[in-house]
Amino acid sequence: MIKFLLNSIIILVISVAVLSSCSGDKKTNASEETKNQILHIGNGTEPQGLDPHVVTGIPEFRLITALLEGLVTEDPKTIEPMPGAAESWTISENHKTYVFKMREGAKWSNGDPVTAHDFVYSWKRLITPGLAAEYAYQLFYLQNAEKYYKGEITDFNEVGVKAIDDKTLEVKLNNPVPFFLSLLYHHSLYPVHKGTIEKFGKIDSRVSKWTLPGNFVGNGPFVLKKWDINKIIVVEKNPLYWNAPNVKLEEIHFHPIDNEQTEERMFRSGQLHVTSTVPSEKIEGYKEKSPELINIDLYMGTYYYLINTTKKPFDDPRIRKALAMSIDRRQIVEKVTKGGQIPAYALTPPNTMGFTPKAAIPYDIEGAKRLLAEAGYPDGKGFPESELIYNTNEGHQKIAVAIQQMWKNALNINITLSNQDWKVFLDNQRTLNFVLSRASWIGDYPDPNTFMDMWVTNGGNNHTGWSNKAYDNLIAKAAEAIDQKERYDYFQQAEEILADEVPIIPVYTYTRNYLIRPEVKGWYPNILDHHPYQHVYLEEIN
Amino acid sequence: MIRIILNRIAISIPVLLIVITVTFFFIRLAPGGPFDTEKAVPPEIMKNLNEYYNLDKPVFSQYLDYLKNLIKGDFGPSFRHSNRTVTEMILTGLPVTFELGLYALFIALFIGILAGLSAALKPNSLRDYIPMSFAMTGICMPTFLLGPLLVLVFGIWFEWLPVSGWNTLNGDKILPSITLGTAYAAYIARLTRGGMLEIMYQDFIRTARAKGLSEIIVVTRHAMKGGLLPVVSFLGPAIAGLLSGSFVVETIFQIPGLGRFYVQAAFNRDYTMILGTTILYSTLIISFNLLSDILTTWLDPRLRDNEAV
Repeated sequence: MIKFLLNSIIILVISVAVLSSCSGDKKTNASEETKNQILHIGNGTEPQGLDPHVVTGIPEFRLITALLEGLVTEDPKTIEPMPGAAESWTISENHKTYVFKMREGAKWSNGDPVTAHDFVYSWKRLITPGLAAEYAYQLFYLQNAEKYYKGEITDFNEVGVKAIDDKTLEVKLNNPVPFFLSLLYHHSLYPVHKGTIEKFGKIDSRVSKWTLPGNFVGNGPFVLKKWDINKIIVVEKNPLYWNAPNVKLEEIHFHPIDNEQTEERMFRSGQLHVTSTVPSEKIEGYKEKSPELINIDLYMGTYYYLINTTKKPFDDPRIRKALAMSIDRRQIVEKVTKGGQIPAYALTPPNTMGFTPKAAIPYDIEGAKRLLAEAGYPDGKGFPESELIYNTNEGHQKIAVAIQQMWKNALNINITLSNQDWKVFLDNQRTLNFVLSRASWIGDYPDPNTFMDMWVTNGGNNHTGWSNKAYDNLIAKAAEAIDQKERYDYFQQAEEILADEVPIIPVYTYTRNYLIRPEVKGWYPNILDHHPYQHVYLEEIN
Repeated sequence: MIRIILNRIAISIPVLLIVITVTFFFIRLAPGGPFDTEKAVPPEIMKNLNEYYNLDKPVFSQYLDYLKNLIKGDFGPSFRHSNRTVTEMILTGLPVTFELGLYALFIALFIGILAGLSAALKPNSLRDYIPMSFAMTGICMPTFLLGPLLVLVFGIWFEWLPVSGWNTLNGDKILPSITLGTAYAAYIARLTRGGMLEIMYQDFIRTARAKGLSEIIVVTRHAMKGGLLPVVSFLGPAIAGLLSGSFVVETIFQIPGLGRFYVQAAFNRDYTMILGTTILYSTLIISFNLLSDILTTWLDPRLRDNEAV
């Protein structure tokens, strides 16, 4: 009988092997693909789509930067603006008019020239109300763009973008926007090919087939070759790209992987060159055993807790400050998150384009106790049990448990924890249906404004109910200012108000942790985690 | 017999309708909509989005519109993946899930029946205890543990098999099929053992032996037909479970199957996609249960004669 069992197991293994070998022809692994200049990237969740005006996420952004190019691109090291579809530009003295000179000889992947009219059409599409583009507001810096979007004006010619001729694009802004050139990196301001859009639908068709392989026409360094949903997206070098001779990669394979453990195993077995993330519990192991594989870069994002300032007793700034002062952030980054994060005592990450907040919430347990006592809860007596919500995730839970304990020890107050499904969590934040909530913000563009303008009265992302006239004034003044030093002064004052009023509790500044093989070259750390693929290449390591 | 089948099909239509209705209204009751993102969308943009997808109409009229389109066979566009329709996405995911389920079923039946037979033919011996304790472990070991364990051993330590993928690397289908099949193999082993043990003490088996038939003939010709009845009736739910429960395995092994679409749709509140996959899964579950009922009736004379069942 045992022989019989053994035999059957052998038959089973053979039959499964035969079943499986019917398919699959080549053995992919990072070292072999390196020779062919084929980069394999783990790219997070399956992208929503590839329409630059419709999609919103980071995986989508990575793909679109390979396929399309905006007016400017960025230097891979410093992320300073560099000429892209525009060869050069001039900025008027009041910083409200930009004139872009389009690149001679720039072509779409079907051979059509890239002209100023393409950008006018694309930007018109972004703010066409019927398209309902989530990022339409990225263009609201342009004259009359917001009015056009809201239907207050219907003539697009009144909007501040105009093609003077095929090669000249004029852009007029409401305010001097010092970060306007960096805004142009954002995929929502990239051009789309008019002929292709109209072939597969109308200017305002969200549902359209133009982004499928074979249909997609782009002006970026790569063209779309293959897209198997939930399996792979392949892009290959675009021979018509203006800088094609300097693009070294032949193909990029973007693998949509939702599970970070799966991604890490794929990296370990050599199926990926770069991952999108790394499970936090594995960071330490990599740091000890193979530090050359793990990348820890400072990232322009802040992890913080929101306080609902409309709920008692959190309407009292002394209470909010006491909570913020009694968190030992060093413990959190060293013992809990362990990914090289930096304790945050103010909202804007340090050295955001030369801006480092001077304001800081101190770590001072005695001071916190005093504040709590002043507010009427000496030694936490009578303080109502309050709930902290976070979206279901082990990492958030660990941090919440640590902070819960710190508040218990320092202030003797009880906080309960509640994890929620992502969409439920977002809904509760939006409707202020919480007391304390985990939150984070990753900057949209490299400028402190992306962190500061959120907290103005009734700001769309100000989920705290907090409102402060002086703060609103400072942000408005900063928007009008041309001089960078003057702007930063306003932001410093605004940070002071945040540190004093504490509608939010900054916890740490993010780092981007991911795995990358040493064969990947031309990939530089920067605070936006942008790695323009036209500069990336692979080199065999012996 | 035919009347029973027709009856069952007739009953399944209202069942499906109830499933559709409950799903339709429940997903709309869940907090958060398809367009809620971490960075708030300005209210005027949200308004346009809702108009685009007809979410601004009263829920009941949305429901009627959905039913109308459904009758035409149109599941609608995906709310999240703007360049695909729900039908397209289902058609890419379903064949993969089917293939995976099929391999897993083969493995489950093969291992399960062999182990069950081995145990039933010599109960309370080592040949019973060893396979059955393996079966118990198989039932207890969840796929999210077994999968990574197999990957660690065969993919990373020995480097025999790829750790993930489907149809991309040689042999990438082996580990996921084994992972998915094992839990069901364990159930089938226990069912086979139980069924066979009961049959082996029946009078007709003693008669068959008394006729001088060899033990192999007795087991294969006479005992197995009745002894495997519980396995056959388990097949319907098992196939349905293999198809709808493959999500974990698909995630571990990075397989582009329907299970991942389903779960992603639920997290993203992709209303049309949730409905489409739910309708599909319910149809599959209903059909496979019906199929296994028909098979059971055909195998079991006691049921065949009793039209009332």
